[in-house]
Amino acid sequence: MRLRYPDTIRIIRVPCTGKVDVIHILRAFEKGADGVYVVGCLEGDCRFENGNLRARRRVEQARTILDSIGVGGDRVKMFNLSSGEGPRFAEYAVEMTEKIEEMGPNPIKIAMRKKAA
Amino acid sequence: MIVASKKPIEEIIEMVKDFQKILIAGCNECVTVCEAGGKKEVGILASALRMYFMNQGKKMDIDEVTLERQCDHEYLEELRNTVDQYDAVLSLACGVGVQFMAEKYFQTPVYPGVNTCFMGVTEERGVWTERCQGCGECILGRTAGICPISRCAKRLLNGPCGGSTKGKCEINKDLDCAWQLIIDRLKELDRLDEYEQIIPIKDWSTERAGGPRSVIREDVRQ
Amino acid sequence: MTVKTPSRLEKILDSGQLAVTSECGPPRGSDPEAITKKAEMIRDYVDAINITDNQTSVTRLCSLASCIHLKLMGIEPTLQMVVRDRNRIALQSDILGAASFDIHNILCLSGDHQQFGDCSQGQNVFDIDSMQLIQTVRWMRDEGKFLGGDDIHRPPKMFVGAAANPFADPFEIRVPRLAKKVAAGVEFIQTQCIYNLNKFELWMEQARDRGLHEKVYILAGVTPFKSAGMAKYMKNRVPGMDVPDEVVKRMAGVPKEDQPQEGINICVETIERLKECEGVSGFHIMAIEWEEKVPEIVERSGLYPRPSELAIDD
Repeated sequence: MRLRYPDTIRIIRVPCTGKVDVIHILRAFEKGADGVYVVGCLEGDCRFENGNLRARRRVEQARTILDSIGVGGDRVKMFNLSSGEGPRFAEYAVEMTEKIEEMGPNPIKIAMRKKAA
Repeated sequence: MIVASKKPIEEIIEMVKDFQKILIAGCNECVTVCEAGGKKEVGILASALRMYFMNQGKKMDIDEVTLERQCDHEYLEELRNTVDQYDAVLSLACGVGVQFMAEKYFQTPVYPGVNTCFMGVTEERGVWTERCQGCGECILGRTAGICPISRCAKRLLNGPCGGSTKGKCEINKDLDCAWQLIIDRLKELDRLDEYEQIIPIKDWSTERAGGPRSVIREDVRQ
Repeated sequence: MTVKTPSRLEKILDSGQLAVTSECGPPRGSDPEAITKKAEMIRDYVDAINITDNQTSVTRLCSLASCIHLKLMGIEPTLQMVVRDRNRIALQSDILGAASFDIHNILCLSGDHQQFGDCSQGQNVFDIDSMQLIQTVRWMRDEGKFLGGDDIHRPPKMFVGAAANPFADPFEIRVPRLAKKVAAGVEFIQTQCIYNLNKFELWMEQARDRGLHEKVYILAGVTPFKSAGMAKYMKNRVPGMDVPDEVVKRMAGVPKEDQPQEGINICVETIERLKECEGVSGFHIMAIEWEEKVPEIVERSGLYPRPSELAIDD
């Protein structure tokens, strides 16, 4: 569709968001990602029945953990859309990016840079 | 199985914060099934702790291992050559495993990462409930397979008490009254007349009250 | 039935007259006057006074000490004993303590779970249950032995009672449970307070069908409502309590200042109706924190004066 979305986003494709586990989300932040958003199919439309529902629960778990360690649970979010909704994907991408920019960089990233210096 | 639940991360941080290098040790059995201390939980906890301490500007090396069990010598022995490099081990096994680890690796501090709760069942994913308290003298044959010691809040052997309401316990309306369950099952098995048999005073010496217990089989000892 | 103990309550019941008992709750402190004053107020209107045992798991002056105070005043106490807080050693020991002061009535109870009280983090004991406690007291009295088998010097002579709740669930088991307590050796029963008379009479009918009314004295429990609010509270928040809608409506249908009197009216009517119920041997009036109304209830129910010592001795 060639719609524009922020180039600070790195896309990792999975066959179903049900494949995304809590540890994957946490590792992204461990490695310095400022935000993670999990984009799955509309609820009820998952071709593997409930993969996207599992993903939602895991995103919630990750949020709680990220809050408890001072990284911030708002840095991870789940979005649902259908594969035909290109414009909406771009919309969510922009929304998420703006939110993360507002929150500032991942404190882990800052700490890692300090350490390297 | 033994059911445990994860300790709050704040509590764990408090326990390990002064160490430089720790090992988080999970267990592949009970705590895996109740999703408190298996490989998955070890990974998540390790990642979370790494991020926390990095954020604090504190150097902390966190390694991960998940043993088959922590209540048998042969599995704990697997750590023999590596355990000394750690300042402490955070064990996510049940209290049994934590203690066995501490006994075996006498010079290594061992900390519990879960709260061990009870012996119970998986009623459905995410819901584990108590069934047995290990009284040491099983009377399930007399109570239609339902244990009044672990499922009655007052462990009455001749219940129900006067607080049983609509099949639920007086302390919690979501808790089944054990004696209601027993009566229902006796009815189902056409043995309701057994209800009037008085179960005699229990010998609690086989329970915790009698002191720490052991089971010894001379015929299989080496 | 012949009497087995010096208990005044047992004598009255044995003589075929309706017995009247009541209860007092000890204070949350060590001032004995809090108990002795209440007891003094009702002493001529009842045959024996129950002293509750850390009821609702709220820590209070113990039942045993309160019973001793009553005994020293010449009033007949009934020691309520729950199995929640004491193991079999302490239970037997306290029974002997009571017997050493010639306290002759005991009520064997489970006890409300400690969750309800002021020490919800505490342990509970439940070494033996209320059924087994009944057996224990009978064993100590009739065999003259401790549970462990040793002889007791001067065994306790106690008239053994227990509670029954015709209104708890499941209903179908409530009479078998009474039968079980009778088989365990109970000699008198005090029921939970009665508002649902139909249900109570049904329970009594089933008890009579099994001949239980001839094996145990049943004292019907009654409690006057102080207000419509109390009626609603007991209906909705107290486990094992059955308060029919009509009763709540009746209380609520009367202006607030008249509600206490209406509550007493209902109580007296209940007693009058149950006097006609075969198998009811007496009444247990539980006027919680309202002991001053017991005399009125007893008088209006035609149960005053209480039999004198002369009238009940053989």
